[in-house]
Amino acid sequence: MSDAFSATNYVTLSAVIFSIGVLGVLVRRNPLVMLMSIELMFNAANLLLVAFARQWVNNVGHIFAFLVITVAAAEAAIGLAIVVAVFRTAQYVDVDDVAAMKG
Amino acid sequence: MSGGFTFAVLAVLLVASAVFTISARKPVYSVVGLLAHFAALAATYLTLNAEFLAAMQLIVYSGAILILFVFVIALLSSGVAPFSVGPNRLPRIALPAATVVLVALGFLVYGLTHATIVPPAPSVVATSVLGPVGDADVFGSVGDFGKALFTVQVLPFEVTALILMVAVIAVVLLTGERASHESPRRAAEVRRAAREAILRGGER
Repeated sequence: MSDAFSATNYVTLSAVIFSIGVLGVLVRRNPLVMLMSIELMFNAANLLLVAFARQWVNNVGHIFAFLVITVAAAEAAIGLAIVVAVFRTAQYVDVDDVAAMKG
Repeated sequence: MSGGFTFAVLAVLLVASAVFTISARKPVYSVVGLLAHFAALAATYLTLNAEFLAAMQLIVYSGAILILFVFVIALLSSGVAPFSVGPNRLPRIALPAATVVLVALGFLVYGLTHATIVPPAPSVVATSVLGPVGDADVFGSVGDFGKALFTVQVLPFEVTALILMVAVIAVVLLTGERASHESPRRAAEVRRAAREAILRGGER
């Protein structure tokens, strides 16, 4: 039953979505949209985990997809908190101008 | 079986909503695009027998994370224009960005067509029984997932709890009430200095 399943289509789809996420982070200047693009990339990775879990009927992939979901939630919370903190001090949020920690 | 058709529809939905998310002019539209993306992804998980993850996807992502985004957008957009109204970076970096993406996709296509991945025998790898979505204790069901989470995979579960606790502490530290300075005037000076430091960094 599991032999008929191939993850190739899902790998390709996941790569395309991941590339769209990379493009979003590179192109957009709005930190919120950049965070959303990072979520897109998280989800592309999750899709891979779930597809391979299905291919090998092994639920470890599900466990780690679940872990990624929680990490993504933590990342979104901290990222948005940073956006809010920067906005409070600068009244302005543009990722190209916020460079106080530039090395 | 119409699995191929279902996959095609879901793939088109996923890619279209992702493109809409990164190309929408307003952040709220991006959130709507992301909502559609997450819904389609939950449906994709269902086609992969991951019914518990599909539910988690809807509850955690659509229910919690996106609401957080909406709250922040509402908070920042009250009365001022916090976001840059300038053009996106696309004209400046279109060529390098497209190169990066195309090279990555090229690697992937090459890998997919040339790799010889031999999965281990199902009897070695399989941890659960495949069955119809919705049945109890089949692969991907709540029972199957919970059994693995609380027995074999309990360490990742504990690490998750730690990560969430660290995140909560970080968010409270970042956005919580600051300790008050000696006077409102001093506080205003500190704020102005911080603002100038942040904006000065960009002109260096």
